[in-house]
Amino acid sequence: MDKITEEILHEITDWDGVFSGAYSLRENGECISFQNSDHIRIVKKDDKPGIDIYISGKAQNETVYIPACVTKSDVHDLVYNDFHVQSGANVTIVAGCGVHTDAEEGSNHNGIHRFFLESGSHVVYKEKHIGIGEGGGKRVIDPVTYAEIGDGALLEMETLQLGGVDETTRDTSAILKNNAGLIIHESIMTDNEETAVTKFSVDMEGEDSNVDLISRSVAKGNSYQEYSSAINGKCRCKGHSECDAILVGNGRVNASPALNASSTDANLIHEAAIGKIAGEQIIKLMTLGLSEEEAEERIIAGFLGA
Amino acid sequence: MLKLENITLNLPEKDNLLRDVSLSINPGKLTVITGPNGGGKTSLAKIIAGLYVPTSGRIILDDEDITQMSITDRAQKGIAYAFQQPVSFKGINVRTLMGIAAGGEMSEMRMCRILEKVGLCARDYMDREMDSHLSGGEMKRIEIATVLARGAKYIVFDEPEAGIDLWSFTSLIQAFESLKDYEEVALLIISHQERILNIADEIVVIRDGNITQNGTREEVFPTLMKNNSDNYCPKGKEMF
Repeated sequence: MDKITEEILHEITDWDGVFSGAYSLRENGECISFQNSDHIRIVKKDDKPGIDIYISGKAQNETVYIPACVTKSDVHDLVYNDFHVQSGANVTIVAGCGVHTDAEEGSNHNGIHRFFLESGSHVVYKEKHIGIGEGGGKRVIDPVTYAEIGDGALLEMETLQLGGVDETTRDTSAILKNNAGLIIHESIMTDNEETAVTKFSVDMEGEDSNVDLISRSVAKGNSYQEYSSAINGKCRCKGHSECDAILVGNGRVNASPALNASSTDANLIHEAAIGKIAGEQIIKLMTLGLSEEEAEERIIAGFLGA
Repeated sequence: MLKLENITLNLPEKDNLLRDVSLSINPGKLTVITGPNGGGKTSLAKIIAGLYVPTSGRIILDDEDITQMSITDRAQKGIAYAFQQPVSFKGINVRTLMGIAAGGEMSEMRMCRILEKVGLCARDYMDREMDSHLSGGEMKRIEIATVLARGAKYIVFDEPEAGIDLWSFTSLIQAFESLKDYEEVALLIISHQERILNIADEIVVIRDGNITQNGTREEVFPTLMKNNSDNYCPKGKEMF
């Protein structure tokens, strides 16, 4: 395994030399190793790059890892991963991607992930993105996520990008059936000239479905972030979205949250706040003995859940 | 000893917040600063913690001039300040904040002991975020707890009673009294609360930016009670 791959794996997962249980490891556009478990089966797609991950209802508190690593310049990786989660399964999926460039040519990874959650299943999806390397080539990660969440199923998504990715466009959409739940916690930090665009679209089609979408972003340097979300309540349902952003230096954020209710029983709420770090927060931490810089770091780390 | 010498404070929005104020805060003593709203009490606390720099005058901490010293340096030298209005933080939980206050990770047992003093159960609160999901009273109690966690030598509480219920207030009074037992700790509490005035060693009255009374509890407290029963403007203005 490439040294850079090891470094990326360490950053984006809790990898310590070995994955226990099911995993599929992708390096520079190829699946370099994978392993099934008793209840999780990974099958390579025939018609396009990617895998199907079949998770049995017997999988309880299992974790499956599907990290993708790009370790050099001029790699353009596109992968289709489909998760088929049977009724009653309870699993954690650790995805994540790291892109390393060491020359002037850029590299990119586009992961197209689709989730099909059968009734009563529960998935925690963790995804961390990083960009590293000294090369001037752009590090680009453009994930697309689509989820169909069946009756009473719950998908919890935790996505984290803490810098080094020059450009990202994240596109997430979901359809929720009766009593289905979707919880998304997205944290993004950009710096220098980086850009990040995130789009969410959630259709609540089933009675008593609910979504909680929390996005926190920090834009530093000359970076730019664009956020848009559409929560579509088509029945008796609950939707809550919250997008907060902290600006540092010349960072810019454009947030366009939308709530679309087409039922009188749709209960949709949005909260948003964009601004610099509150001076009183820095002062409070300074009175506890931190320097101004340390206070700022702690506030941002806490805000992003990093 | 913490000494304020001839402190005057003018801010762009208001002049004469403090006028030639001199005061000594002594370890082993509980000093209560009281007086009408807008009289300069909180300004005095902020001067001590370094949130305001005085227009003139000096602040001496254990023989060192700290007048121009930063908030951080003062905190590291042993000054702790509990805000009147607690600050909320998205994403920072009580455990983290208490750890920052204590200068490192804090054991659950110690957190339990400190939060108990403000009437909170650590197990219920340590993983909760310091944000709008907490009530004003809960935030206030945690604010006080962060200051108790510091183990500081000079501790300033700005109206600790605000938002504290009757039962928690009793344990807070006990916490103040136990701090009084440490000879090296100087407590300065800004308060209007009779129960806090009752445990004071020294009482200082600030009105319109001036210290109008400064003495032992036995000397000052009876006069406060007398003034209280007279016709008295809460803003400290002269009555007709």
